[in-house]
Amino acid sequence: MSNTDKPLVKVTDLNVEFHGNRKAHALDHISFELPEGQVLGLLGESGSGKSVTLRTLLRLHPQRTTRIGGKIEIDGKDVLSLKGRDLEAYRGGTVSMIFQEPGLAFDPVYTIGQQIMETIRAHENVDKATAAKRALEMLDKVQIPQAKRRFDAYPHELSGGMRQRAMIALALSCKPKLLLADEPTTALDASVQIQILLLLRELQKETGMSVIFVTHDIGAAVEVADRIAVMYGGRIVEENTVKGIVTAPRHPYTAGLLGSTVSTENRGQPLPAVRGAPPDLSALPPGCSFAPRCDNASDKCRSEKPALLAADGERLACWHPVRELMPIQRDSVCA
Amino acid sequence: MKTEDNTFATQDKGGPAQPLLMVKDLKKYFPVRGGILNREKKFVHAVDGVSFSVAKGKTLGIVGESGCGKSSTARLVARLMDPDSGSMIFDGEGVAEFGGIEFKEFRRNLQMVFQDSFASLNPRLTIADTVAYGPEVHGVPKREAMARAHALLKRVGLEPSMFGSRYPHELSGGQRQRVNIARALAFEPRLVILDEAVAALDKSVQAQVLNLLQELKAEHDLTYLFISHDLHVVHYISDEVMVMYLGQVVEKGPVDDIYGNARHPYTRALLSAVPSMDPDNRTQHSPLAGDPPNPINPPSGCRFRERCPHAEAVCSSLVPALMAVKTNQEHTVACHMNNAASGHSQAVGAGMASAAEEVAA
Repeated sequence: MSNTDKPLVKVTDLNVEFHGNRKAHALDHISFELPEGQVLGLLGESGSGKSVTLRTLLRLHPQRTTRIGGKIEIDGKDVLSLKGRDLEAYRGGTVSMIFQEPGLAFDPVYTIGQQIMETIRAHENVDKATAAKRALEMLDKVQIPQAKRRFDAYPHELSGGMRQRAMIALALSCKPKLLLADEPTTALDASVQIQILLLLRELQKETGMSVIFVTHDIGAAVEVADRIAVMYGGRIVEENTVKGIVTAPRHPYTAGLLGSTVSTENRGQPLPAVRGAPPDLSALPPGCSFAPRCDNASDKCRSEKPALLAADGERLACWHPVRELMPIQRDSVCA
Repeated sequence: MKTEDNTFATQDKGGPAQPLLMVKDLKKYFPVRGGILNREKKFVHAVDGVSFSVAKGKTLGIVGESGCGKSSTARLVARLMDPDSGSMIFDGEGVAEFGGIEFKEFRRNLQMVFQDSFASLNPRLTIADTVAYGPEVHGVPKREAMARAHALLKRVGLEPSMFGSRYPHELSGGQRQRVNIARALAFEPRLVILDEAVAALDKSVQAQVLNLLQELKAEHDLTYLFISHDLHVVHYISDEVMVMYLGQVVEKGPVDDIYGNARHPYTRALLSAVPSMDPDNRTQHSPLAGDPPNPINPPSGCRFRERCPHAEAVCSSLVPALMAVKTNQEHTVACHMNNAASGHSQAVGAGMASAAEEVAA
């Protein structure tokens, strides 16, 4: 066990480039920390690098076409240097992941119960009966009604919400310390989405695990996260507590995102939309990647990347923020 | 900017009081085979007796969970599928009826924009060709169709000199959806069906497209049928809202009545299932348990009763009819609690004695 003041996850200067058929600079030297028992929401649009971050943490990228720089430390392990058995134990044992499309994440030819049992037996030296009992307990824990019957069901026999619950049961079956959730509620109906969010919150409290929750929906992030890091163009542009982000956004992008959220107040008027489209990761602008869409942009924004400054537990990377951050120290300077 | 020439003569035939589209008792059951030797035949009640009308120049929003029949309704209205029964009247003329409006003409007056912007574009046509293709089929000379396509692309924010010769895969999702909108408008339609048209877009891009839709509606006197599962977006864009559950309409009314004074327990639950934006005031209870029931064997009586906190004996024996809410004739709801005569213990006092015939299940 790591001692309490040391963060569970420490990512330093993580840089990810893909150089396959299409080249892309997916993550641009990002750094963040996550203490034990906390929930971090990664918020961003498609192509902002939020899913790449999760996949890098689990080492899911093909080695041949990915260049990874920087350091990832999770639970005292140097993740980027893990190999063979250690990597297998790490995936699922220390860190596990739930995906957006649970229908594609399950193997269609095995029952839900078999797949959970297989996971348990791969990580722990237990016999079949014990594993089956544990698997059934997990299905109960994620509040699947008639868990006994669903244990023998194939993935296609379950509804979307049930599949996502089964996915969560599978991910938590080996008591990971960190759960990576990649838009787990995006493909679900609103009424089912809120059930899954509440379930995740409950399980997090019960097990005390840390969660990194990736989403493009501020509402979903507000429901589960303690802190939110806003990502744009492969970088973290702002990080703060949920309350800080929602009530006093500093980065023009965060402010624009909140402003363009459709709500009761702006009925009948045009929405204050952020113009333009998210940047192309294979051809990022030299300065701040949000500059082409930003109303506050100056020549400095177009030529120089703003550094991510930290103050009072908040972080911000912007030359002309909506609200100034009082800089105390330079946290990480991004070239 | 209005397209300079009116190639397709569209005149308002029925006058402003005539609803642009009236749909009556639309039904579609899909057969499902099962059992030994595939002999057992069951039916998915996808759309089960849906009636509504859309006033000229208004937006009707249709909301509901997946599988409630909202997209099927759209496809039936656009006649991408043939309904099992039901009739439609477009601006006073029966659709595909003797003496009514012809199919080809009806389809030109009604266009659709789909959720998947990529799958709904031909990958082998440049976007200018895509937009010009439809009008050409309808007899517009090639040169004129192309000129109009360019004007429309410009209007939706895609500079034709830069984008006109590109193929769909060279565009972003938001840009492709703009092409789809331009293509729909090339026919000068009067009714546009938007089936989850903004659902797949990023939030910041979604706001741009919503603004564009609002502007185009004003410029071209369009009427929208807006289908979405996103209640915020429906609230923003709609004048009237229709809530569907398992192939039936459970509540319909002006947007403020639905969002401010919902009467059906399902509508209320749906509205409170939206994540809160206030970190100090997070959602504590899920308003709806479980998933929508199977549309193959819908429950007897009220279809929502198995998930409803107010369900009583009457709910399983009688099918609630759509009835006006008290004094407001525009706001209708299908719930026994709205009908004083239903025998439900929580029913409101004497409701409007309207056509409240109840159908025994």
